[in-house]
Amino acid sequence: MSSHGIRDRVAIVGMGCTDFGEHWDRSADDLIIDAAGQALAGAGVTSDDVDAYWFGTATTAMSGIALSQALKLRAKPVTRLENYCATGSEALRNACYAVASGAYDSALALGVEKVKDAGYQGLNAPPIPTDGTQRTLTAAAMFSLVVPAYAQKYGVSEAELREVLARIAAKNHFNGARNPRAQFRREVSVETICNAPTVAGPLGVFDCAGVADGAAAALVVRAEDAHRYTDRPLYVKALSFVAGNGSGNADPDYDYTTFPEVVQAVTEAYRQAGVTDPRGQIAMAEVHDCFTPTELVLMEDLGFADRGAAWKEVLAGSFALDGDLPVNPDGGLKSFGHPVGASGLRMHFEHWLQFRGEAPPERQIATVADRRLGLVQNLGGYPGEMLCFASIVGPEPG
Amino acid sequence: MRGILSAAAYLPYHRLDRAEIAATFGKGGGRGQRTVASYDEDATTLAVEAGRLALRRGPAGVEPAALWFATTAPPYLDKTNATAVHAALRLDRSVPAFDAAGSVRSAVGALRAALAGGATTLVAAGDLRSGAPTSPDEAAGGDAGAAVLAGDADDGQVLAELIGAASLTEEFLDRWRAPGDTHAKVWEERFGESVYVPLGRDAWELALKDAGVGADEVGRVAVVGTHARSVKALGRKLGIGDGVLADDRSATVGNAGAAAPGLALTTLLEQATPGQVLALVTLADGADVLVLRATDAVAAWSPDRTVDEQVAAGGPVPYGTFLSWRGEVTVQPPNRPEPQRAAAPPSARRAEWKFGFVGSRDPSGALSLPPARISYADGSIDQGTPAPMADVPATVVTFTVDRLAYSPSPPIVFAVVDFDGGGRFPVELTDVDPDALAIGDRVEMTFRRLTTADGVHNYFWKARPVGGTNGETTS
Repeated sequence: MSSHGIRDRVAIVGMGCTDFGEHWDRSADDLIIDAAGQALAGAGVTSDDVDAYWFGTATTAMSGIALSQALKLRAKPVTRLENYCATGSEALRNACYAVASGAYDSALALGVEKVKDAGYQGLNAPPIPTDGTQRTLTAAAMFSLVVPAYAQKYGVSEAELREVLARIAAKNHFNGARNPRAQFRREVSVETICNAPTVAGPLGVFDCAGVADGAAAALVVRAEDAHRYTDRPLYVKALSFVAGNGSGNADPDYDYTTFPEVVQAVTEAYRQAGVTDPRGQIAMAEVHDCFTPTELVLMEDLGFADRGAAWKEVLAGSFALDGDLPVNPDGGLKSFGHPVGASGLRMHFEHWLQFRGEAPPERQIATVADRRLGLVQNLGGYPGEMLCFASIVGPEPG
Repeated sequence: MRGILSAAAYLPYHRLDRAEIAATFGKGGGRGQRTVASYDEDATTLAVEAGRLALRRGPAGVEPAALWFATTAPPYLDKTNATAVHAALRLDRSVPAFDAAGSVRSAVGALRAALAGGATTLVAAGDLRSGAPTSPDEAAGGDAGAAVLAGDADDGQVLAELIGAASLTEEFLDRWRAPGDTHAKVWEERFGESVYVPLGRDAWELALKDAGVGADEVGRVAVVGTHARSVKALGRKLGIGDGVLADDRSATVGNAGAAAPGLALTTLLEQATPGQVLALVTLADGADVLVLRATDAVAAWSPDRTVDEQVAAGGPVPYGTFLSWRGEVTVQPPNRPEPQRAAAPPSARRAEWKFGFVGSRDPSGALSLPPARISYADGSIDQGTPAPMADVPATVVTFTVDRLAYSPSPPIVFAVVDFDGGGRFPVELTDVDPDALAIGDRVEMTFRRLTTADGVHNYFWKARPVGGTNGETTS
C-alpha cells in the first residue's frame, strides 16, 4: 500500500469565486450559480459539458440534489461531501481523483456556505444525537490553547506574542484591503488588534476569522486536455489529506505547539510534488488562518520557519505580500471570513489569480516569477483532534 | 449492632453574603452567609459528591446494598433521580436505588428506615433551598449534600450505634409548596411553634427512654427542622448541659432542608469521642429523634474534608449571579445555539463513561477518555481494561477562557489536564477563578449537571481545584 499521488495528471482550467460577506440578499443557490458560472464561462463550457460534480457544504444543504437543482443539471452525478472546515478542498480533491482515474474527462468542484442565515455568531454544526459528554467550546477557545503553550515552550513573553499575533492579523488585513472579493477590505493596525475585546483566552476579536457567506468552484480536466480550455491552466502537483484520530486529546506528550496532522499531510504533499526545500521552492501559500496562533504554528509545521522561530519571521515580515514567502496574499480567512464549504476552493482561487498574473497589481506577488509552486493548506477540527488537506499547484507540468 | 458506618457532607463552593440582599433590595437578607449550589449543581450532583466522600471515608471494601436519595428539589419527577446517583457512585446493578423526594421529612425517614435494619444502606440527600428574593427562606436556606452509610457491625466498623429513636406525627399546616412552585409558603409562625415545640419535647422524652439514657447523659445534640423559631426554642428545652447543643450552621451554611439531618449527623460524628451519646432531632411535619452512642472506632476515624473545613473553604458569589442561577432573573445568553438534549440510547450505552467517568487503559498503559475499543497508542483492539478516573487528581497543562461559547453561566473555563499516574483529558473547569488559574494547578473531578434541554439534565464530570481551594499548585 502506498500513496502515489496524481502529479500533473489533472489541471484546473476554470475557477470562480464570489465575493464573500454577509449576503442577506443572496441565497445559497445564487452563490452556487455565480461561482459555477464564473468557472464554466472561464473555460468556455456549460454545465452540460461537465461530466461529474463534487459539492462541498458543511451545514447549508444535504445531498447532491441541492447543487443539481440550483444549476438545473441534466442527468449528472453529484456527490455532496463534508469534511469540517476542509470541505471545499475535499470537494476539489475528489473531483481531481475522479478525473485522474479516467472515470470522467471533466469534473466541477464547488463549495458553498450560507453561514449568516443561522442568526448566530461563529460557525455552528448541525445537532447529532450524543451522550452529551462532548466538549462545547468554540473553535477560538480550542485554538487559544496554543498561545500559553507556545509562549512557555519557546520563552516568548506574553507581550511579545501578543504583538506577533497582531502582526499576522494586520498582514492578512493589509492583503485583504487589496482584494475586492474579501469581506473585510480595510487595513487594521496592530494597536487596534491588540486592544480588541477578548473572545477566548488571550484571543481578541481581530485574532479570529470572520463568518461569511460565499461560494467558489474549480473545473478540473485531464492535464493533456487542459489547453483546450485555457492557455494558462493550473496543474495539480500534489493532494494529501490526514484525518487525525484524536490522540492529541489523550496523549500527554502532545504539547499544543504543533499540529501533527498538518505536518503529516504537508510532508506527503511535498513528497508527491518533489518539494525538498519549501522555503526555496514554494512561491506562495494559502493557509488556514482561522485564528492568528494557528497561522503562527502553521509556519513551522509547513517548514517555512524553524521550530520556535516563526514568531521572529513574522516580526521580520517574511510572510508579507512583499516578503520572502507571501502567505495568504488574498487576505486569508481573516479578511474573507469562513464559509466552510467554500474556503478551501477560495484558497486555490488565489493561486489561480497569482500564477496567471490576474491578481490586481497592488496584490500581485513577485515570488511567482521565480518559484513555480504554490501550497494550499486547509484544516478542520481543533488542536489534538484535527484533519488537514494540503495541495501543491503550479502553472507548468513537470 | 446497627449504626452508622460512615457519613459525609458536601458543601458547594459558593457563598452568598446575606448582607448583599438588603443592599440590593433594601430589605431581606440578614447576617452571615449561606451556601449556594453552582449553576451546574443540583440535588442529584450534591448527593453524588456527598456519597463519594462518605464511601471514601467508610470501611474499606464495604459497598452499599441499597441506595436512598432524599431531596425537596428533585431534578426529575416520574423518573427516579437516585439512579443517576447510583451510576455516578458506580454501584452494582443489584443495588436498588430509590427516591424519597418531595418533603423535608423524607430524608430523616430514609435515615430511620436505614438504621432500623436490613442491608447496608446509603442514604444520600441533596437539597437546594430557595425563596422569593428578600424572603426569609432565601436568606435562611443553604444548599448541601449529605450521605450516611448505615449498616451492621458485620458490614464494617460502626462509628455510632443506634441506641434509641422516636417519631411523632401530626397533621398540621406550617410550610407547603404546590407542585411546580419554586418557593414555599408558610403559615403564621407562632402557630407552628405551638405545635412543633411540644411535639419535639415529647419525641425527645420517648427517644431518651428508648435509649435508656437521661438528658444529662447526652454529649451532643443537633436540632434541625423546617421551622427556625421552633428549632431554636426546642434547643433550650431539652434539659441538656451547657455546650451540648451543636451549632446549627445557620450563620455559615443555612438550613439545608432535606440535607440538614445528614449534615448535622456528619458533624456530630466528626466531633464525637468514644462512648459519647449523640442525638439528632428533626422537626418536619412531626418530630424524629435518633439517639446514638459513638463507638471506640471514632477515635481512629480521621475523615478528610470535615464540615468545618468545608465551611472555611469556598468563595463568594455575587447576589445577581445567585439570582440568575436560581432562575429568579434571566440574563442575556451568548448568541450561540442552546445545547440539544442528551440522547437516551448513547447515554445508556455509555453510562459507565458519562456517569462513572470510567475510561479504558490499553496494555501499554495509555489511557483513553472516553473508553476506546482500539488504543490510540498501541493499536490493540478490545484489550483495554476499565479505568475509573473520577477519584484521580490531575494537573493543569494549559487552559483557556471561552467568552463566546454557550454556557448557563459564561464564561467557560477549560483546561487540558494530565492525571496522576498517566492520562490526559481536556475538560471544563468549575468553581474556579479564571484569573487565579495557572499551569500546574491541581484539580479533581466533580460530578455536575452541564446543561438542561427539553427537561433532560445532562450530567457529566468537570474538574475543579482540589478541595474547592483555588490556587493549590504543585509547580
